Amino acid sequence: MKNLLNKKNACWLLLIAGSYGLISLLISAGVVNNVYLTVLMTIGINIILAISLNLIIGVTGQFSLGHAGFMIIGAYCAGVAVKQISASLGGILTGMLIGIAISGLVALVVAIPTLRLRGDYLAIATLGFGEIIRIVILNMKITNGAAGMILPKLVDWRIIFAAVVICTVIIINFCRSAQGRACISVREDEIAAEAMGINTTKYKIMAFVLGAMIASVAGALYAGAFYVIKPEMFTFNKSIDILVLVVFGGMGSFTGSFIAAGVIGVLNTVLQQFSDIRMILYGLMLVGIMIFRPSGLLGTKEFTFSALFNRFSRRKEVRE
Amino acid sequence: MKTMKKVFMGAAALMMAVSMAGCGNSGSGNGSATTPDAGGSTGSEAAGAVKIGLHYELTGEVADYGKAELNGSLLAIKQANAAAGSEKYGYVKYDNKSDPTEAVTLAAQLASDGVAGVVGPATSGASAASYQILNDAKIPVLSPSATQNNVTLTDPDKIDSAPYDYVYRVCFEDSYQGAAMAQYAYDTLGKTKAVIYGDSTTDYAKGLTEAFEKQFTKLGGTIVAKENYVSKDTDFSSVLTKIKGLDFDVLYIPGYYNEAGLIIKQARDMGIDQAVVGSDGFDSVTLVELGGAENLNDVYFTTAYTTVGASAQLQAFIDAYKAEYNEEPNMFAALAYDATNVLIQAIEEAGSSEGAAVQAALAKISFNGVTGSFTFDATHTPIKPVLVVNLVDGVQTDAVAVTPKLD
Repeated sequence: MKNLLNKKNACWLLLIAGSYGLISLLISAGVVNNVYLTVLMTIGINIILAISLNLIIGVTGQFSLGHAGFMIIGAYCAGVAVKQISASLGGILTGMLIGIAISGLVALVVAIPTLRLRGDYLAIATLGFGEIIRIVILNMKITNGAAGMILPKLVDWRIIFAAVVICTVIIINFCRSAQGRACISVREDEIAAEAMGINTTKYKIMAFVLGAMIASVAGALYAGAFYVIKPEMFTFNKSIDILVLVVFGGMGSFTGSFIAAGVIGVLNTVLQQFSDIRMILYGLMLVGIMIFRPSGLLGTKEFTFSALFNRFSRRKEVRE
Repeated sequence: MKTMKKVFMGAAALMMAVSMAGCGNSGSGNGSATTPDAGGSTGSEAAGAVKIGLHYELTGEVADYGKAELNGSLLAIKQANAAAGSEKYGYVKYDNKSDPTEAVTLAAQLASDGVAGVVGPATSGASAASYQILNDAKIPVLSPSATQNNVTLTDPDKIDSAPYDYVYRVCFEDSYQGAAMAQYAYDTLGKTKAVIYGDSTTDYAKGLTEAFEKQFTKLGGTIVAKENYVSKDTDFSSVLTKIKGLDFDVLYIPGYYNEAGLIIKQARDMGIDQAVVGSDGFDSVTLVELGGAENLNDVYFTTAYTTVGASAQLQAFIDAYKAEYNEEPNMFAALAYDATNVLIQAIEEAGSSEGAAVQAALAKISFNGVTGSFTFDATHTPIKPVLVVNLVDGVQTDAVAVTPKLD
């Protein structure tokens, strides 16, 4: 307990409370109108998707292209719960929990055979599996098939904000734990990790399942905030979009995922005025980033308060 | 030294991000009204002008529809300005990338732009995503081609739920069109045994299939078999062989021209010479290219728009469209032209561009457009006959108006 109450954690808490306060202030002052709020909500959902995929790709080094598959599970569980149980926030949250359970289970079933594969093979296997989930949902009666579901808006920005905070804390803490370090060792050198007695398959599955569960949270939030869900919105193009966020921000850097989701979200809105050339500019920017920053905006670097404090104290020592 | 460089690069990237964010705030304050192509809505001109929001799929999967509809809308606005003798109507246009998520953001954007009304989007998904926001903002929405069943209702799962007050559409529903074809096939063509071969991956085809089956059996016909294909299939021979062995007199293909063209060709090559009936998804020159003109006999499809037997009003639209864009207008352009004109007429009749007044005018409007004359029913869907077009050697030769006898 004592370890929790230190300067770093106080700073993080302050940052969270500060950004919450800032957003509510800007909304009440009318600076952030509905348009920016929608953009902010998109960014929030993209952050959750990016960090959950980053856990699989960046931290554990497993190349997955099926992330949209887990998102669609979350989205449809929430959608079905809203339709069948109750059209309220409680309905969405119930659906979210069911979605987490189902996508965790599905991820486990998928992971056990496929995570024995490596590299490109895994990418293809997860890609195929993501499509399978989509086709299953496309042909189910309760999901309304290809027409998709039209839902009321039940999730506001506060819930997405809270979800971003909770998901980030869970993922970061996982990465800093013994299991997380084992995952990093798998990324760095699987054979060496095995030689050190790490059960690599186990840790790969652990990261994959956790990432999948968190992606389904993002899907449920999407269903609650954006009115319409259709199977065609979650094709493997969606997986690629999430992958772009991760690579853009830096594989292995959660700070990078945050920045990438923010930059791409804002850019998308700014470029709306140039609709004809928007995709070209977007593409050029991605190419530029990959040429000048091949490891993404931040590489594997993280922003932490402890590093900040260390830097300050080191400077002090030097001055003295 | 190396780390310094990295830190510098990181800082540069961050600054880029921040400055981009800055752009966002300063840029969208005046919206896209400042872009050169935003017509008469720029600067001081906007003072007396009525601004119409055009919200279309200009890029992405269904950009073809969105672009045609944008052309139709722009022509309507241009003609309204010419008739008024001033730049009375301006517009703002937005591209939702064929993505419902984007449509949500743009609906909020349109609401904050203070437009008098919105025309679009083209697809039902993107439309449904924008309805609630615009309805809450009391901005009338005219959907040119959101044909999905019940999409204008507040709860699309309940057929008796109230429609959105501010949401109207100028196209008929999928189910209405399917029922019309059943009516025509049974009554006019005298067919009693139908085979349905539809696309299982689109809501459009599913809605049509259900409606056709329901109406056809209600009239006394029988559905001999129901088969499915998947979008982008190219070989239909195995299912067609099975169909060939059945005793039927009409083949209904609810779906789009890409697959329908190939199905008709392969069926005719195989010797299936029964009548083929379809939906407005047939309405494309691609159908003739894929199917082959010699195979397209005894083929009928339902549509909202045809150039066959055009009225003087429709011909005037076709001529004006050709003069403006140097191409033939398609159904989407015509529907968007009508949708925009319905909005303009409602604004004129209301004598105000205020949302509630325009909505009241829409509720009792009687509109005479290029896709037919109509009023709106209780679900804010037009009451107008469906046109059934007959193909002879791939050429549209005859159009009959059909009104399905429902219940």
